[in-house]
Amino acid sequence: MNAWRYRLAEHRGTLLAFVVFVLLFVAYGSNHPAGFTSNVVTTAANKGVLLAFVAMAQTLVVVTSGIDLSVGMIFVLTNCIASAIVVGSPATTILGVVGVLAAGLLCGAINGLIVIFGRLQPIVTTIATGAVYFGIALWLRPQPGGNDAFNSDLADAFTGKLFSTVPASLVGLLGVVAIVWIPYRRSVVGRDAYAVGSAEVAAYMSGVAVRRAKFVAYTLAGLLASIGGLFLTFITYSGEASAASGGNYTLFSIASVVLGGVSLFGGVGSAVGAIFGALIFRTIGDLLFVFDLDPLYQPLFQGVVLFAAVCLGSVRLFQVRNRLELFG
Amino acid sequence: MTSQDAAKPRPLAARALARIDPAVATAFAMIVLILVVGSLYSPNFLSPEYLLQQLKVASFLGVIATGMFIVILLGQIDLSAPWVVAMGGMMSAAMTAYGPAGQVLAIPFGVACGVAMGLVNGVGVAYLRIPSMIITLATNAVAQGLMVVHTGGFSPQDSASPAMRFIATGETVFGLPNALIVWALVGAAAVFLLNRTTYGRYVYAIGNRERAAYLSGVDTRRVVMIAFGISGGLSAFGGVLLAGYASKAAQAMGDAYLLPSIAAVVLGGASILGGRGSYLGMVAGAILVTLLQSILSVMQMPEAGRQIIYGLVIATMLLLYGRESAQGR
Repeated sequence: MNAWRYRLAEHRGTLLAFVVFVLLFVAYGSNHPAGFTSNVVTTAANKGVLLAFVAMAQTLVVVTSGIDLSVGMIFVLTNCIASAIVVGSPATTILGVVGVLAAGLLCGAINGLIVIFGRLQPIVTTIATGAVYFGIALWLRPQPGGNDAFNSDLADAFTGKLFSTVPASLVGLLGVVAIVWIPYRRSVVGRDAYAVGSAEVAAYMSGVAVRRAKFVAYTLAGLLASIGGLFLTFITYSGEASAASGGNYTLFSIASVVLGGVSLFGGVGSAVGAIFGALIFRTIGDLLFVFDLDPLYQPLFQGVVLFAAVCLGSVRLFQVRNRLELFG
Repeated sequence: MTSQDAAKPRPLAARALARIDPAVATAFAMIVLILVVGSLYSPNFLSPEYLLQQLKVASFLGVIATGMFIVILLGQIDLSAPWVVAMGGMMSAAMTAYGPAGQVLAIPFGVACGVAMGLVNGVGVAYLRIPSMIITLATNAVAQGLMVVHTGGFSPQDSASPAMRFIATGETVFGLPNALIVWALVGAAAVFLLNRTTYGRYVYAIGNRERAAYLSGVDTRRVVMIAFGISGGLSAFGGVLLAGYASKAAQAMGDAYLLPSIAAVVLGGASILGGRGSYLGMVAGAILVTLLQSILSVMQMPEAGRQIIYGLVIATMLLLYGRESAQGR
């Protein structure tokens, strides 16, 4: 009878992020000098979708109450790989795309294996593996650059518009949600991941395959980060091993996850919420441009908004009945 | 007591051996190993000048890592270090421009800015119960925004005060770099605080279980808030030293210090979950990280190879001794 209330509670963070995003984006679109056109939306979508993929990757790991500080570096690494191998004829292009995704899977799997069998804390593990992934990216692309044979037709198909109205990148994002996230969320492994994130020992006692759940979460996170890297290559046609970019995407992914209502303590939240978190984060940055503020103030404005958003999270303090709950 | 011990040297040695933390011992062994490998490449690696220069460079990291160490002992983390370091450097250099009084106040002002940012972190973590990883990320973004507005996005033109240069580059007795002496003083103060005061014992207690510490009557929230204040102050002080070393502050000057400071702490055997770790280990970790970076760059290893080896060494060392118990699996 009260099933809908539980469902509402479960998706509260996601719904809130959705509403905030819609409000922000309407403010952005209606004040844009070029008007609320399909071109404006496509440009915004292309930028937002990049962060959305990385934020989805972060969500999978955060749900198991871990954290992946290497997502940004996997993103950069796969960007460099894609700029080198997504080339030539359709057949070699497909092979290249498969290669990029496989590289992402492998990076994620390595993270998972070290966390599970090395029994190291996820945060330090992924700091170390992130350095290695970035080193490989730098080795592949000492200077930013691309391949002349890069398949720009495929790239344009994914960054342009479908039926000259709908941004293709959003369709791609929806496709990834439908193919990766929804089946995962509904599978036993996905449910296990939430159980592990809520209470690992209890999950283990109940016969949940803890190791399998964690391994799949880290591996899929690598895959999603590599989809982001592939997409970046579609936009820029080139690869760049930039430490600043990798670090920023990692930090922004954590911010997006929080804005999207995913609990960093694990077990709560959804990748869809994180997607809206990422879109909110991007829109905030763009709002400044629309309102003609000095670009100098953009980092400060983003910082203050981020700061306010995380402080809002502490309203849960008012719901605490027993003060001991504060001291986890 | 002394005569008894002298009469039974073997048990004492055995006890002393048993007291050595395997993590700290491994870290020091790695330092020796790196130096031996380096000396095969070039005998200069064992020269006193080179070693002193390395210790001087390590002292900047050491000061910043000291703050990180206290915060990690609490089971928290301070990701705001990069721009608090930059803020410390920039604010102290900016203060220097205000005449003689500004020169005197430069260092205290830079550190005070860091303490203020640290206290914001501390209030967020301790009283608002925001996960430290998030709130420190947000204050890092705010600090970056403030510094970008302050400098106009360009490289700041203010130069460091004579005092800042003196403590970062000068030498006093026996050719010891002043930066090293500063680190020794900071380290001694940290060891005293952590091991000889009730505050220090509270830090370890909270790191083990905050709930238990709270129930034992400790004002855990105040302890946590002060620890973040100390961490912010030390980060900014590290920035002051770096600005003195380069004789001016620079954009993103702290970016290269976040991961190394965390690495120094965990390589020194401290648990990232808090409650366990010794300052001696952190010292070993800071020297180890600095030596590793220096030797790889002397060997003209390209940046790519340096990153890969750096990551592999951290992962390998942690796998050697940083593993958790297999409980609950």
